[in-house]
Amino acid sequence: MDLSQLKERCANWLENTIIRLDEVTLEVKPAHLLDLCLWLRDTSGFEFNQLIDVCGVDYLHYGLDDWETESTTETGFSRGTTATLLRENPGKPNRFAVVYHLLSLTQNQRIRLRVNIPNQSELMVDSVIAIWPAANWYEREAFDLFGILFRGHPDLRRLLTDYGFVGHPFRKDFPLIGKVEARYDAALGRVIYEPVSIVARVLEPKVIRRDNRYLVEGAKQAGELSHEK
Amino acid sequence: MKNNSLDTAMPEIKNYVFNFGPQHPAAHGVLRLILEVDGETIVRADPHVGLLHRATEKLAESKPFNHTIGYMDRLDYVSMMCNEHGYVLAIEKLLGITPPVRAQYIRVMFDEITRILNHLLWLAAHSLDNGGMAVFLYCFREREDLLDCYEAVSGARMHATYYRPGGVYRDLPDTMPKYKPSKWHNVKETSARNETREGSLLDFIWAFTERFPGCVDEYEGLLTDNRIWKQRTVDIGIVSAERAIALGFTGPMLRGSGVEWDLRKKQPYEVYDRLDFDIPIGKTGDCYDRYLVRVHEMRQSNRIIRQCVEWLRKNPGPVMIDDYKIAAPPREEMKTNMEAMIHHFKNMTEGYIVPEGEAYAAIEHPKGEFGVYLISDGANKPYRLKVRAAGFPHLAGLDELIRGYMIADVVSTLSSLDIVFGEIDR
Repeated sequence: MDLSQLKERCANWLENTIIRLDEVTLEVKPAHLLDLCLWLRDTSGFEFNQLIDVCGVDYLHYGLDDWETESTTETGFSRGTTATLLRENPGKPNRFAVVYHLLSLTQNQRIRLRVNIPNQSELMVDSVIAIWPAANWYEREAFDLFGILFRGHPDLRRLLTDYGFVGHPFRKDFPLIGKVEARYDAALGRVIYEPVSIVARVLEPKVIRRDNRYLVEGAKQAGELSHEK
Repeated sequence: MKNNSLDTAMPEIKNYVFNFGPQHPAAHGVLRLILEVDGETIVRADPHVGLLHRATEKLAESKPFNHTIGYMDRLDYVSMMCNEHGYVLAIEKLLGITPPVRAQYIRVMFDEITRILNHLLWLAAHSLDNGGMAVFLYCFREREDLLDCYEAVSGARMHATYYRPGGVYRDLPDTMPKYKPSKWHNVKETSARNETREGSLLDFIWAFTERFPGCVDEYEGLLTDNRIWKQRTVDIGIVSAERAIALGFTGPMLRGSGVEWDLRKKQPYEVYDRLDFDIPIGKTGDCYDRYLVRVHEMRQSNRIIRQCVEWLRKNPGPVMIDDYKIAAPPREEMKTNMEAMIHHFKNMTEGYIVPEGEAYAAIEHPKGEFGVYLISDGANKPYRLKVRAAGFPHLAGLDELIRGYMIADVVSTLSSLDIVFGEIDR
């Protein structure tokens, strides 16, 4: 895979190119997703003929902890200090993204594409189903779980959630315990839905530590890290 | 007198739509299949999945990394350790750690034991769906020994939670649990049953690999040239190599169509590049070829296990990295050393911090490519976990596979996909 050729030819389509942990990630502009996908599939030397995975990502709580801590030192851990309520991440220009994993069987290469959907635009990206038929269910799943719409998908129904389910459960503002619970009502003779009766709890708080091991100079590449004992 | 009303008297024939599952034994779990038929010919199939959806990926977002290993077992619940493997590989990639070589050999050995477990269950169910009861019983006889290996090493027969980032939970045991005489098995019988259990776990596995190729011959003797078996599977559910790639098929579903693609060879992980094994492929991509591919894979797995046993016997050593920030310290040290105790406490309560970033790790799971896409924002919990289940695109392609075939072929084709709903619905 010749990355310089890719950068040269596709520069107008890309927002960013990231290489980390031996993995290539292309952040593609939403308008040019189909151009890039088609090019990646049909250009010799790339030939990404298999779509391995499509998934949605919700960045609403990215980088936010619910237990603020001081930094970890070389000698030990610091204590958790203040419990904070989960806030929303205002800094990110895009809340949702769709991530594609491609595989080239002939070149034996993998690549990852990410489409960042700007917050102000509608939650819709082009469907790649015409390029890789495998996208069918993956896009239905992303629609079901995140509410992302795929333009041109012929059959965008819910896939994993129950018939008549309301909401998109994998969004970060959808509670883990859900919103409704089901039970059998003997009087009505059928299963009914009621608001959940349990209380959401955090068992282990999410903490983000500025861990010194990962702040060593030049250690942004986690693969090059050496661990001090 | 000529009957002119014949044309109008003919009833209008419409396609018939009916429901298959979700409680049908041949639906392999909880698949609801809406079938549209024209006479006995399938016109359209619309699988309704999600009856087993537990939102494993969302649950993982609320737990420290290690707590999710146990959930991985419950994805594809017939190839438990392989699921764990994909997950710990993704974490290890983000952490930038490599487990000790002995741990890698143990993982490969158990991956292959798991592959045999998976293929045995698949063969059992597949033959049962096509009317063969005997193979089902034979396969479960061999599975019993392999589940005993799981139990000996992890304490659990199915949901092992044995692989950990940085290695495996503990080294292989020196003894095997033994049967005790009971009112159903007298002393003489019991000592015969315990014959292979006198030595260590490795001796037990070795004895299994000595006997297992003969067992595969037995299954093949019952099926491979069996006329009824061939009538049910040859030229049924054909998928061409080109379509298999386009539909995202991996594993035996792809190799059955003649594409030589196996991550163990093409993108080797752990110690697969040091081991000697072959990749069987099919020709036509029908149910029969997929059957042959899986049966030969069992023989190859047996070969790999033997190489691992030989290596593991000769090379003792650590099975977990020596980094207490990630792996909990040994209990003995934890009880005597203050710092080790603090590490243990933090490890068990808070877990470890995974540096910010994203990684995709894939393994050659018995069903195909099992991938884990992990996004970390530098916390002790995954920010987003996406499991690329091998069976998911296979079931999505079912509609294309069975169009134009008969109703009875739906069952053959469906079971040849090797579907487990734990991983499809997640």
